Amino acid sequence: MPQSLPKEDFGGRRAAALVGIRRAAGVPAIVLGASFIGFGALVHQTGLSIWHALFSTATGWAQPGQVALFELYGIGASILVISVAVTLTSVRLLPMAVTFMPLVRAPGTPRWLYYLAANWVAVTTWAFAMRDCPRMPTEERLPYFLGFACTLWGITLVTTGLGFMLAGVVPLPVTLGLVFINPIYFMLMTAADVRSRARVLAVVLGAAGGPALYLLTPDWSLLLAGAGAGSLGFLLGGGFRRRS
Amino acid sequence: MAENPTWWPFAVILAGAAATYVWRGLGVALSGRIDPGGRAFEWAACIAYALVAALVARMIVLPTGPLAETPMVDRLGATALSLAVYFLAGRSLLWSVGAGVGALILVTWGRAGFL
Repeated sequence: MPQSLPKEDFGGRRAAALVGIRRAAGVPAIVLGASFIGFGALVHQTGLSIWHALFSTATGWAQPGQVALFELYGIGASILVISVAVTLTSVRLLPMAVTFMPLVRAPGTPRWLYYLAANWVAVTTWAFAMRDCPRMPTEERLPYFLGFACTLWGITLVTTGLGFMLAGVVPLPVTLGLVFINPIYFMLMTAADVRSRARVLAVVLGAAGGPALYLLTPDWSLLLAGAGAGSLGFLLGGGFRRRS
Repeated sequence: MAENPTWWPFAVILAGAAATYVWRGLGVALSGRIDPGGRAFEWAACIAYALVAALVARMIVLPTGPLAETPMVDRLGATALSLAVYFLAGRSLLWSVGAGVGALILVTWGRAGFL
């Protein structure tokens, strides 16, 4: 809980940004970096180029959406299906951005900077911001976040390229392992994150429905499984009831 | 996808980036005006989680590309090992991802006779 952690004051915006950079360059960089090695390897196996992989990490930095995009592109899904799937995958970013904003709002910050910073709101950066920012003076929070997030962004750009290049060079079993990082990493991230009964049901039903629907309709299966299993889990798990 | 022009994949990736940013930008615009603990959010979260779960399960059970050459039992075994390590080893992402991926590499290599 934020209250029980000691207060932090780095003595200014610049110092706060530097601390953010330093903290990102540890365990978060290793875990996220490795998962983007997997992403780069995955793009390699779809037959697209390293520039597509890098462009994706540079512009749409949210890995589940990126992987869904390339998987769907690989099986020849239309741009409409891909866009809807990525949109549904990324819905989770809305509540994150909504809870992130009050945390970093500080007097004198131009509004466009919030919209820019929001581009780096993702599972890892958000979780760290929610934990660390409440302990800092308000004016140091956004610099801290930007230092933290942009460092991770830069590292994942490098490892995206690294994964793509490794996939063509290392022995085949290792390439398979690199591609296998994606599903394993997302599975564990989901397992770590799912708390309410409705979400557990949604995940279990989605996992069962995903492969089954894929056999019937490969390109629509993700949307059907997501919307169907998600709604069913929400209803059966008592989603309409207020949390106590 | 030889029939598509060379810029087409970039257009698809850009569409994906826009579809991702929409929620982030909307979150900034709406912050303070909507309740992130509300029911609509929970429904949206359920759909997002179900979609990712469906994608993960499909990538493990029915992979496309070279991963499809590995036996299903190897992929499921590596997945189970990864989950077991995660819950037994203090929820460490690093160790559990490493265990699952390492196991798949070693088993695949072993089946090929470590050539």
